[in-house]
Amino acid sequence: MKVEQISIFIENKSGRLADVTHALGSAGINIRALSLADTSDFGILRLIVDKTDEAKAALKDQGFTVNKTEVVAVEVPDRPMGLYGILQVLDRGKVNVEYMYAFVERCGENAVIIFRFDNPEEAIRVLTANGINVLQGERVYSM
Amino acid sequence: MESRNNMKIDRQADRIWDPVNECMAREELEGLQLARLRETIDRVSHNVPCYQNKFAKIGLGSKDLHTLGDLSLFPFTTKEDLRLNYPYGMFAVPLRQVVRIHSSSGTTGKPTVVGYTRNDLQTWTELAARFMTAAGVTEDDIVHVAFGYGLFTGAFGLHYGAERIGASVIPMSSGNTDKQIMIMQDYRSTALVCTPSYALTIADRMERLGVHPADLALRVGLFGAEPWSEEMRREIQNRLGLVATDNFGLSEVMGPGIAGECSFQCGMHIFEDHFIPEIIDPDTGEVLPPGSVGELVLTSLTKEAFPMVRYRTRDITRLDYSPCLCGRTHVRMCKTSGRSDDMLIIKGVNVFPTQIEEVLFQVEGCEPHYQLVVDRVGGMDTLEVQVEVNERIFFDEMKKQRAFVDLLEKRLASSLGVGARIKLVEPSSMPRYEGKAKRVIDRRQS
Repeated sequence: MKVEQISIFIENKSGRLADVTHALGSAGINIRALSLADTSDFGILRLIVDKTDEAKAALKDQGFTVNKTEVVAVEVPDRPMGLYGILQVLDRGKVNVEYMYAFVERCGENAVIIFRFDNPEEAIRVLTANGINVLQGERVYSM
Repeated sequence: MESRNNMKIDRQADRIWDPVNECMAREELEGLQLARLRETIDRVSHNVPCYQNKFAKIGLGSKDLHTLGDLSLFPFTTKEDLRLNYPYGMFAVPLRQVVRIHSSSGTTGKPTVVGYTRNDLQTWTELAARFMTAAGVTEDDIVHVAFGYGLFTGAFGLHYGAERIGASVIPMSSGNTDKQIMIMQDYRSTALVCTPSYALTIADRMERLGVHPADLALRVGLFGAEPWSEEMRREIQNRLGLVATDNFGLSEVMGPGIAGECSFQCGMHIFEDHFIPEIIDPDTGEVLPPGSVGELVLTSLTKEAFPMVRYRTRDITRLDYSPCLCGRTHVRMCKTSGRSDDMLIIKGVNVFPTQIEEVLFQVEGCEPHYQLVVDRVGGMDTLEVQVEVNERIFFDEMKKQRAFVDLLEKRLASSLGVGARIKLVEPSSMPRYEGKAKRVIDRRQS
C-alpha cells in the first residue's frame, strides 16, 4: 500500500536542482511528483519517480546524499472540502501528518495527495476503514 | 581501551627494540641526559653563532648546568630563529659532514632547512625502529608508506625505521588513492603509514569502491604529522580494521621518532636518552610543574648537524611520568590537543579544532569531514562549522533535520564555551587530504 519516495540533500547554491534533474533525465527517469522544503542553507527535495532504485543509484553516483522513505498516496475527491474530509478522518484517528504534497496527475475523477506519516501502517488502516482509497505503489509510479 | 580491535595486538607488540636505553632507571637516565646536555650546549656555543650570541648575552655556558633543572635558565629557540638563519645558519657542522637535507612543511613563508650527519641518520633510524616496534611492527610486516616522499621527514623516517626492523617496505608515497587501495590488496600490506586524515580518505574511497577491510591484510596503522582525537582513532580502527597507533615528531627536532605509543596506548614515550621535554606556559614561557597542560619544548641531546636547545614546538600536550605497564621508563606525552598557533581565539575563548572534532564524532552518524570558518561580523567573532551530510544524518523530514542541527549546536556550545553555527553541506564539497588536513578558514582581519 506504500509508495517509495527518494529524498535528496541539496545545498542552497545555484545549479544544484538542475544537476539533480539532469542526472535523472540522463538515466531515463521520469519524475512523477516532487516537493522541496528549504532553509537558508539547504533544501530537502522529495521525489516520486517511475524507477526508484535506478534514480537513487544515478544520484548517488553524482555524489548526492539520497535516502529512500515510504509515503502514502491517497485519492482525494477533486471538489471543495475534499482534502478537509480526509484530514478530518486522520485527525479523528489521531494520525500525524509530517508533510504532504500534491501529485500532478489525476486518478480518474480524483486528485492524488502524497502523505508522509510518522506511522504509515496506522494511517493506512484508518484511511481504508473510512472508505478512502489508498493507491498502490505500482499504480503511482506509472501514472 | 578499545576491546575489539585491540584483540588483534599479539604479544609481539610488547617487544622493546632497545631495552637497555628504553628501560633505563630514571636516575641513570638523568645522569646520561645531563652529560649529553652539557656536550650539546658546548657544541652549539662553539659552532652555531645564533646560540653563541644568545648565551653570551646572558653569560651562560655548560658550566652553569649543575642539574637538569638549570636548563630552564637557557633561552628558547623559536621558528623565528630558524627563519632568520635560513638556510644553513643553525647547522653545527660544516656541510661536508651533512649527508641528508630535509625541510619542514612550512605553511607560511620560507620553509626550515634541517640537516643530518651520518650518525644523525643512524640515530633517527634507530629511534624510528623503537616506536615502530612499540606499535607492533615486526620483520614479518609489509609496511605501506603513504606519506609523501620528498623534503618532508615523515616518509623517510618511517621507511628507514621499518627497514631497520627488517619489515618489507612499500615506498608508495601519497596520492592516487585508488592505486593505494589496489596495492594494499594485491601486495597484502599489513602496516599503513600516513596522516590520520588520509587514513579516513582511504576508508571513504574503499567504501565507494566496495572494498571491505576484510579484503585487506592491514593489521596496524602508524599515523602522525597532525593532531587527532581518540574518537578519530576509533573511527579509523572501525573502518580500516586495524590498530591505529600514534607517534610524534617534528622535522625541526628530527622528524618522526621523537615519541611513540606502546601497546598500552596511554601516551607516547618520548625517547629521553635523546631528547629532554619541558612543558611551558605558551604566554609567559614559564616551566610548568609535571602533569600540567602546556606547550612542549624539546632539547636534542645527540644530534650533530642540527642540535636544538629548548625548541618551542607550539604543540600543546601534557607529560605523564607515572610508570608504564610496558616496562619503558621514558616519560609519556599525551596526544597533542592542538598547536598553540592553531588555537583559535573566538570571542576571547580558546578553541582548538580537535575539540570540535571530538564533539562531531560523539554524534551518531557524523563523519569527520568538517571545516571551520571563522569570521567577524559587526565586530563580533563568528564560528561556523561546516559538516558534510551523509545518509545517516540526512532526513526527509525538516523537523528531524533541524533537530539534528540543534543537537550539534548545543553540544558544541557546551563543549567549547562559545556558540558555533552548524552548516550542513553536500558530501565531497570539502577537499580530501593526502597530507595534512586544513581545517580552518579564518576570514578575520588581524
